[in-house]
Amino acid sequence: MKVLVCIKRVPAPGGKLSLTEDGTDIDTRHLGFTIGPHEECAVEEAVRLVAEHGGQVTVLSAGPPEVEEQLRYAMSMGANAGVLVEQSAQDPEATARALAEAIGTLESEDGPFDLVLLGNESADAGNYQVGVRVACSLGRPVVGGVKGVEVGAEGTDVFLRRESAEGIEVYQAPLPAITAVKEGLNLPRYPSIQGRLRAKKGPVRTLRPEVPQGGLRTVRLRQPPEKSKETVVLGYGADAADSVVDLLVEKGMV
Amino acid sequence: MNTLPDSADVVVIGAGIAGNSVAHHLAQAGWHNIVLLDKGPLPDPGGSTGHASNFIFPVDHSKEITAITVDSMHQYEKLGMLTTSGGIEVARTEERVEELKRRMASAKAWGIHSELISPERVAELVPFVDTSIVKLGFWTPSAAVVDPLQSGALMREQAQGLGALTVSANTEVSGIDTSGGRISKVRTDRGDIDTDTVVVACGVWSPRIARMAGARIPLVPVVHQLIDVGPIPELAETHSEIGYPIVRDMDPLMYERQSGADLEVGSYAHRAILHEPDDIPSYEAAQLSPTQLPFTQEDFDPQMEDALELFPGILNTPGAGIRHSINGLLSLTPDGGPVLGETPEVKGLWSAASVWIKEGPGVGKVLADWMTHGSTEVDMHGADIARFYPNQRTTTHVRARADEGFNKIYGIVHPNEQWESNRGQRLSPFHPREVELGARFFEVGGWERPHWYESNRALLEEYADRVDDRPHEWDARWWSPIINAEHLALRERVGVIDLTAFAQFDVSGPGALDYLQRMALAQVDKPVGKSVYTPILDHNGGFRSDLTIIRLDTDSFRIIAGGSDGPRDKKWFTDHLPADGSVVFTDVTSAVCTIGLWGPRARDVLSAVTEDDVSAEAFPFGTARYIDVDGVPTLALKISYVGDLGWELHAPFDQGLKLWDTLFEAGREHGIVPAGIGVYGTTGRLEKGYRLMGAELESEYNPVEAGLALPKVKSPDFVGKEPYLRARERGPDTTLCTLTVDECTDSNGTRRYPQAHSPILTTTGERIVDSRARSSYVTSAGSAPSLGEYLLMGYLPAPYAAEGTGLLVEYMGEQYPVTVVRAGRTPLFDPDDERMKA
Repeated sequence: MKVLVCIKRVPAPGGKLSLTEDGTDIDTRHLGFTIGPHEECAVEEAVRLVAEHGGQVTVLSAGPPEVEEQLRYAMSMGANAGVLVEQSAQDPEATARALAEAIGTLESEDGPFDLVLLGNESADAGNYQVGVRVACSLGRPVVGGVKGVEVGAEGTDVFLRRESAEGIEVYQAPLPAITAVKEGLNLPRYPSIQGRLRAKKGPVRTLRPEVPQGGLRTVRLRQPPEKSKETVVLGYGADAADSVVDLLVEKGMV
Repeated sequence: MNTLPDSADVVVIGAGIAGNSVAHHLAQAGWHNIVLLDKGPLPDPGGSTGHASNFIFPVDHSKEITAITVDSMHQYEKLGMLTTSGGIEVARTEERVEELKRRMASAKAWGIHSELISPERVAELVPFVDTSIVKLGFWTPSAAVVDPLQSGALMREQAQGLGALTVSANTEVSGIDTSGGRISKVRTDRGDIDTDTVVVACGVWSPRIARMAGARIPLVPVVHQLIDVGPIPELAETHSEIGYPIVRDMDPLMYERQSGADLEVGSYAHRAILHEPDDIPSYEAAQLSPTQLPFTQEDFDPQMEDALELFPGILNTPGAGIRHSINGLLSLTPDGGPVLGETPEVKGLWSAASVWIKEGPGVGKVLADWMTHGSTEVDMHGADIARFYPNQRTTTHVRARADEGFNKIYGIVHPNEQWESNRGQRLSPFHPREVELGARFFEVGGWERPHWYESNRALLEEYADRVDDRPHEWDARWWSPIINAEHLALRERVGVIDLTAFAQFDVSGPGALDYLQRMALAQVDKPVGKSVYTPILDHNGGFRSDLTIIRLDTDSFRIIAGGSDGPRDKKWFTDHLPADGSVVFTDVTSAVCTIGLWGPRARDVLSAVTEDDVSAEAFPFGTARYIDVDGVPTLALKISYVGDLGWELHAPFDQGLKLWDTLFEAGREHGIVPAGIGVYGTTGRLEKGYRLMGAELESEYNPVEAGLALPKVKSPDFVGKEPYLRARERGPDTTLCTLTVDECTDSNGTRRYPQAHSPILTTTGERIVDSRARSSYVTSAGSAPSLGEYLLMGYLPAPYAAEGTGLLVEYMGEQYPVTVVRAGRTPLFDPDDERMKA
């Protein structure tokens, strides 16, 4: 089967996120870049599916030329080829258009991807919509929040499992399909040295789709106020007992 | 929140291995009110200590680094933080095989047990190595791994247990105040501390902290890349942090060590990646820690291929992945050594920086000794922060040399190897002429000094029967037979040597004589116009320096000291200036240029260009006076470090070129030649048995042992007098001797020339160690063209220090017979100094 994984280059933050001086972006001077945990699981799942069913994993990323670093990382985990979709716009609408157009280009050459995997939401922006938009553009079924992927015995369907408050939901979708997956789907592997050396030489092609900008603009980023822990003294010694009991009752703990 | 005391005896900034150890040893030495600060949290404040590879190979070519490392290992062991794994350095190339033989000689010289082992033996010790690419192994059974963070915690606990230490983490230093050039206060975000002593043990941040006080700590943060690959079942099976010896794969400049179920692979082969201390992220903003920067994969790719070659099996284990990869920051100085001691700019500001894990505890001990007693057990000339001239402390210089030096960390570095970057910093006025003469320049203190002159190549024919070539490339590297020819031409005719790199100081004022009497071992109270050569001792009675003092006038003196130790000498002298202002000390190094004019025709040349009387009667040996050399007012000093008739001529810097041209013009008919430092520092010096600071003369040896004790002890008190008197009474534990190499042909039939630091062994190949555990090794080595010998110097205890004793010297894996030809100071060449006194 042919599997495509879409990944996004995001900063790997430390304990504290710093913003650029104009407040419109994350200050990445001291940071490395990575892909989000959802996407690591997507890559891992794709590699496992292909190991089981045969086929090929292509990994695709839209962004500046530097996204090649993340493509090669995914390839070092086992993806066979990379596609760099050069794109400067950051908004989710434009990204989805670029991805859809790139997928269209790739599929017009080699036929459709059986399964397209994305992360449920990006690790930095978290707009929760690129997967759905791509699926709409391509007219394919999409399931988000997925933590289990299983290809049917016939190879024509995929069973997608997700957790909800009521229990486990399982969706059956005909291939080709699209799914946005979540961390917990699997335990992603570390790239091996051989994998890394292979990835260094693996094929990465570049596409430059022309897409209009979407409607979402970043006006300003703001650091949420740090949550400070508040300590309330309920009393001292035996005098505090009543207050403690009241609190435990209030919290539903007794 | 902890509270800081208002005042402290000492504030140690930085709680990595260096700072913890300094605080610990200061407490042991009796300091009471010590404050240890760190900007980060404990136990891992985020510096280089927290991500180091933590292994220790004790053998280094440097004596003091080996000594500090061995002491550190003892300390780690005492803390229960040392796991002995053994370690192997492997050679893939013939060049590295030679280097491992050289390391073997260093191991023997410094007393570390190591062995050269076959590839088969390597495979027995580390079964995962592909030994088909290994030619030789250098096995050190005592190599070990340590836990420096836990060691630091224990050291703090012990100091706290003595009631001597206050520790304050998460405390950022915002300023360091000085008053009258001395530390007065440390400002922090948790309050200010009055103190007169600060230790900067801030690793890669040290330059930033020292700058707050107005001092420079010359280092730059550089990246060292390392990765962890695992899990590997063969390693996991050992159920230990390290169950196999550490492997250093020296040719690709890498190491591999077990760390639990992983193999850690580190490299010093990638491009030098330099950072700025001010640009290191804060603890909060950093991805992992401030000194673990994002891994730059492309720099490491070639190293992965090298690692796979040596460890193909376990690194290809299915399921083993790269679990951790960092660009770790470490500190690098212009010469790669640590920067220890009091900064020359600010009194009371001490540096304990650019310290590796293997040296941390030992450095703490050294620094505590130094701060408490004013001197150290191990000679620190290669580690003293004061060893750098101002030009060597500039950012430009530090960055250039760190960039060049990074790949030397595991490289094969010839002892005389010259730096390529940032050359031409300090040029004597003779430099244009020297360039025209094809000088090959060696650097000292930033000065460009001719080591020999290609223009003298024709002399090789003239002296063909007396000049050896060196057939082995290593022996001939950074050397030329022209040196020996220049030597012979000087001895037969007359030579000119550029000595401008001398450090020169003027000392004057009503207190000048008393001050110099207190500094020098020799009697300085001589008539005006006399010079005196004198050892300068430290408080333990070991050598601090040796130099010449000229009495220019009743209250006015000139100190002439070697160029390589100039900044340390300057610090030593200025530290001891009387507080009452009765002495004015002026550094005139950059105002004066110096020519050595020596050889049997030297007087013919000089008398042709001056009307002053330079005859033996009018200008006896050991005297100095101003003469007029064709309009250049020149301080002429009748003295010679090469043992021939002639003068040091000290002239105003701006008139130097005229002096040079005048001498060469007059010297033409006498066959004058330019001669390099190869003659001055080695061949001429060794024939005369003159000692060199940093080679024969170190703080571990005293004048009695070096043969420099004087017949009489002057009555005024001087630094080191008490221990000097005791040493005279006791007699030498070891004696500086000169030896000849009797047979220098190796097993391949190639003539070899043993170099300095080769161990001197008994005829049965045993190490020679004196009663104070100091081993015998070659302190200097070089040709003696006038004697037709190859000479070595070295300290030997009784009964070996007797003329005629046969011994062995180990060099590059082979042992050569040598003979003691002189025990003590009397020169081999012209023993009565008739030539100099002519």
